[in-house]
Amino acid sequence: MTHTQKRIIVNNIVMVLSTLSAVIGIGFLLWILSVLVINGVDALSWSIFTEEGAPPGYEDSGLKHALIGQLMIVGVATFVGVPLGILAGTYLSEYGQKSKLAETIRDVSDIMMSAPSIVIGAFVYAIVVVPMGHFSGWAGSIALTIIMLPIILRTTDDMLQLVPSTLREAAFALGAPKYKVITQVVYRGAKAGILTGILLGVARVAGETAPLLFTSFNDNFLNTDMNEPMASLTVTMYNYATSPYEDWQKLGWAAAFILSMFILSLNILGRLFIMKKKGK
Amino acid sequence: MNTIIDRLFANTTKIVALSILLIVAWIFATLLQHSMESIQALGFNFITESKWAPNLEKFGALPAIYGSVVSTFLAMILAVPLAIGVAIFLSELAPEKLKAPVGVSIELLAAIPSVIYGMWGLFYFVPIIRDVFGGIGISMLTAGIVLSIMILPFMAAVTRDAMNTTPDILKESAYALGGTKWDVIKDIVIPYAKAGIIGSFILALGRAIGETMAVTFVMGNVHKISMDLTAPATSIPVTLANEFTEADSGLYYSSLFELSLLLLVISFTIISIAKFYFLRRKRVA
Repeated sequence: MTHTQKRIIVNNIVMVLSTLSAVIGIGFLLWILSVLVINGVDALSWSIFTEEGAPPGYEDSGLKHALIGQLMIVGVATFVGVPLGILAGTYLSEYGQKSKLAETIRDVSDIMMSAPSIVIGAFVYAIVVVPMGHFSGWAGSIALTIIMLPIILRTTDDMLQLVPSTLREAAFALGAPKYKVITQVVYRGAKAGILTGILLGVARVAGETAPLLFTSFNDNFLNTDMNEPMASLTVTMYNYATSPYEDWQKLGWAAAFILSMFILSLNILGRLFIMKKKGK
Repeated sequence: MNTIIDRLFANTTKIVALSILLIVAWIFATLLQHSMESIQALGFNFITESKWAPNLEKFGALPAIYGSVVSTFLAMILAVPLAIGVAIFLSELAPEKLKAPVGVSIELLAAIPSVIYGMWGLFYFVPIIRDVFGGIGISMLTAGIVLSIMILPFMAAVTRDAMNTTPDILKESAYALGGTKWDVIKDIVIPYAKAGIIGSFILALGRAIGETMAVTFVMGNVHKISMDLTAPATSIPVTLANEFTEADSGLYYSSLFELSLLLLVISFTIISIAKFYFLRRKRVA
């Protein structure tokens, strides 16, 4: 066998192995997705959206409490986390730029983005739940805000830096003060990018379970008081799925399906915004 | 007037940006403060003692540390070759028409919350492990496999991105010399993207070690070091998720906080190594 033949054979073996691992990897992921869709669609019904949690075996049970709780907890986190993240990102891109302080903040936020979220839960437990004496929706929102902040900050930073400096210079030349240049020129130029960052940030925290386990805790009934323990889709899903009752497990799958579809649509929407921008 | 607003705006952004550093410092300080009781009472025995019995006020974290290390190690062994395969497929092998859709779906799967991987693991993967390997199916092995599947999309996407940074002109030169695809991958793409590829593996490792929900469902939270991979086990995040709301004594609480601190320090270190050593943003010289 010549050297060339050997190289071709080795090449073919590696190509087959690589395609095979791609097939295995994608196969597993398709399996999870199909399980999610089949069980989720099977468990969906109108009562899911109109009924609250109920004891196992009780027919009229649903996820209304978890859906509303989830919206409130994530909504408050978004309401606080997005403006703070944008402001901080603005500092990095427009004021701090390449300074040591700005680089440090960038590095620390990068690390925070991958840090274990359950630890954030423990931290919020210590600073909010213990002093208050009870679990609460606020505590859950605070945990999610801390997780969301570095994500919004870094995308805002990156997106503002993409705005050409000639735009800023043109505005300065007209005599505009810096804050006006930033709010009226730079923000507008980076609108699509910032929006994508927000969508991805919301999608990321919406799927968080671990930091909610001991902050917002759970409630099997509808509660709209953020000062009390609150249900979320993720914690409800965890509790229902690990329960021995079949109808609760079914509700768990419905929650999993609704949550995944919500998160996937946010991700797809975010991508579309960026693509539309690039297309221009 | 404008100068006042200008200064106000600049300072507000600066204060908010600084608050990130403050929060991180606050997290470390709070966890340390709440761990003090356990640090003082148990000292180094905390990480060398293997008995965890809250009712007897015995807190040894070794089984949890062992479980974290072993399950993450299993996940990496399984996920790394698959991720390299998927990345090679996506960057060099797949027909142009397949690259975008398959690539995007891998990225979307990386966005699916880990709690869903855990739920799938519990209902669909545990029975398979039970039938194939015996035992109850809830085990270290199951946790390792579910974890590997959870980090696979992230790992494959980042590895592919690293491989894609190889300039076409380098690859074309190698093909022009008569190289096969594999020659080009092993002698051009992998050497060129090495730092990025290793960095993405370490970053995935950092994420896997702190992952809670994907493993909590399938690990069992049993504080026992067992060489048998099909036996139930525990890890640091699994212990936290299961026991945090049940802790009833000061020392119990404190030792859970010490576990959190330990986890944070470990993952901070791993992620920093990945970021600073391998994935350093290229500075324009």
